[in-house]
Amino acid sequence: MSRKVSHWRLAAALAASVLALTACSGTDTKTTKSAGPVSQADIDKAMTTPTTLTFWTWVPNIDQEVALFEKKYPAVKVNVVNAGQGADQYTKLRTALKAGSGAPDLAQIEYQYIPTFSITKSLVDLRPYGAEADKSKFVDWTWGQVTGPNGEILAYPQDTGPMGLLYRADIFQKYGIQVPKTWDDFAAAARKLHAADPKVYLTDMAANEAAGWHGLMWQAGSKPYTVSGTTIGLAVNDAASKKVADYWGGLAKAGVISTDPDFTDNWYQGFNQGKYATWITAAWAPAFLGGSAKPTAGKWRAAPMPQWDTKAVAGNWGGSTTAVIQGSKNPIAAAKFAEFLNTDADTTKMFNTVQNFFPASKALLADSSFAGQRNDFFGGQQVNAVFAQISDTVDSAWQWPPFLDQSTKDWTETVGTGLANKADVAAATDQWQQRLTSYAKDQGFTVSAGS
Amino acid sequence: MTKRAGYVFVAPFMVFFLLLFLLPLGYAGYLSLFKDQLVGGTVFAGLANYSRALADDQLLHGVLRVGLFFLVQVPVMLLVSLGAALAIDSGLLRAARLFRLGVFLPYAVPSVVAALMWGYLYGPSFGPLAKLGFNPIGDTLMLPSLGNIVTWEFAGYNMIILYAALRTVPAERYEAAAMDGAGPWRTAWFIKIPALRPALLLCLVFSVIGSFQLFAEPKLIQSLAPTVITSSYTPNLYAYSLAFISQQVNYAAAVSFLLGFVILVVSYAVLLTASRSRR
Repeated sequence: MSRKVSHWRLAAALAASVLALTACSGTDTKTTKSAGPVSQADIDKAMTTPTTLTFWTWVPNIDQEVALFEKKYPAVKVNVVNAGQGADQYTKLRTALKAGSGAPDLAQIEYQYIPTFSITKSLVDLRPYGAEADKSKFVDWTWGQVTGPNGEILAYPQDTGPMGLLYRADIFQKYGIQVPKTWDDFAAAARKLHAADPKVYLTDMAANEAAGWHGLMWQAGSKPYTVSGTTIGLAVNDAASKKVADYWGGLAKAGVISTDPDFTDNWYQGFNQGKYATWITAAWAPAFLGGSAKPTAGKWRAAPMPQWDTKAVAGNWGGSTTAVIQGSKNPIAAAKFAEFLNTDADTTKMFNTVQNFFPASKALLADSSFAGQRNDFFGGQQVNAVFAQISDTVDSAWQWPPFLDQSTKDWTETVGTGLANKADVAAATDQWQQRLTSYAKDQGFTVSAGS
Repeated sequence: MTKRAGYVFVAPFMVFFLLLFLLPLGYAGYLSLFKDQLVGGTVFAGLANYSRALADDQLLHGVLRVGLFFLVQVPVMLLVSLGAALAIDSGLLRAARLFRLGVFLPYAVPSVVAALMWGYLYGPSFGPLAKLGFNPIGDTLMLPSLGNIVTWEFAGYNMIILYAALRTVPAERYEAAAMDGAGPWRTAWFIKIPALRPALLLCLVFSVIGSFQLFAEPKLIQSLAPTVITSSYTPNLYAYSLAFISQQVNYAAAVSFLLGFVILVVSYAVLLTASRSRR
């Protein structure tokens, strides 16, 4: 399931001790009406009144960042609860919201799930609490991701996953392969490498990885989802999407790339034993790979993704936000906590040094202590600098649907299956479109065919 | 007085039966009559969910798949269980207790551990079976591979039931058979197996339910072969994915009820066939 399509890199992290679950939100939803701006006096009052906020997150060791907040605002206590990772937490959150009690004041929400929760009006618009002033602190496209269809600001960006190419420099050298600049180069390299050594594939295009695939569609300029209220434009089979599908379908059919499911034992072994020469992945991956493919340390390098065109464009895969949940009795304190957590110079830096997050903060991306870090797993390369550059090229127009789980499932059973079975993958996007359209109609949406 | 005592004794069971079984069942039945949409909220739907489920190809294919699974896997498993039970009971086995424990042990292994283990054995690139040249979790071999796991898990469990039943066979019958000159094979065939009929029937009915509700094993192997084990591979997986991925709780409830009905019919058919052939 979309499951580990969340902070996979943290999968190995120890299970955070679940603090006593003191649900402190009620059914009293006076905050639902969009209030005018909150005055500084109100904010000061809220931050000095003894308050306890409940915060659901699966970020390990986030207590360290929270401690900085509590030090600055001693009256406000934050009760961190690990309610499960990704899908598990969302299921609990949905249940609590439906039941009308037990929901937290704040929750970690991945970018791609913001529409899922904003369609049920479960996220507090942060504009009255001064969120608009923070816009310039974040990379543009991340701000686009947390902005709703009517300009609402639904969350604060926490970390991101702009996509690049990690490659085995030793394998490239051995077979005389240049780092591919375009997808055409990449395809030629895939054929060349597999012909030279049938046991090695240039990459693994996992037939279950809808999130990574969406990142590739993102790069290609596809506009699969356009949401405005109860009308949704669906075009998961638009020209750009078909271009991506045709490309990967062709390589899979030729047998020069593998389609093994990712984040499985088999796949980890694939990296350790040199079956895959590259991984088309996100900025969180260098740290993740360093932990799961130790025997290959020093052999990896990072580069931008191959391009379709001359202009450099990237997609994103992963990353999270902090959102204030509707029904919170202390929305001011909650909004200010979310702001502090993701804009304070010390906390944002700590997210990178402690949790290995790739930042959404412009200041940190430009910080030489961040960009200048040398990564031994990548032979001393300044990997952060590579991805910081890529982050600037992520297209900010991309939107997610309010039913991503369904789209992910339908993708796996059409496009993913097509890849695995070496079938016509471009045609599979039509089936994907068809399935998703009938689902959206069944859910009461007005569906228009595309952007 | 004694009558009232009877109610008191049965009360703890009835309370939990009501709270944990009948109430959720009733609630699911109630849910199955509605339709909840992302846009438009909840509306009464009558039997629309049921008529949709009856025409649902994905559900039908799932039911047929577990039906096939039942027809092939269950006889194999029960033969293994029967053989093991007879072997232990024959008294000819060395280290019979160790053997019994060994066959039963997989039933005690948590399914997550079992999935990790089989996941390694079935690994399509580096697993030992893959090295022999075939992919146990590809399109064609998936169902037999799942059957293998289920057999491994439950053969020991059924063996214990059958072995316990064998212990209740009166010794006189064996003596009589011996007097008539029957060896171990003939004793097994003419005395033991007929005596096992009720126990075998019990195992069979359990297996009907187990097969049609197949869920944990395919769910755990799904991450290894996501394009082979689809979200509707078995009816229970389908209900799960409808409820938790598609957010169609109401339709999932209707699918579950229909599946319950199918299990009821098949179990009844099994019992009926058995009682007919006994006459």
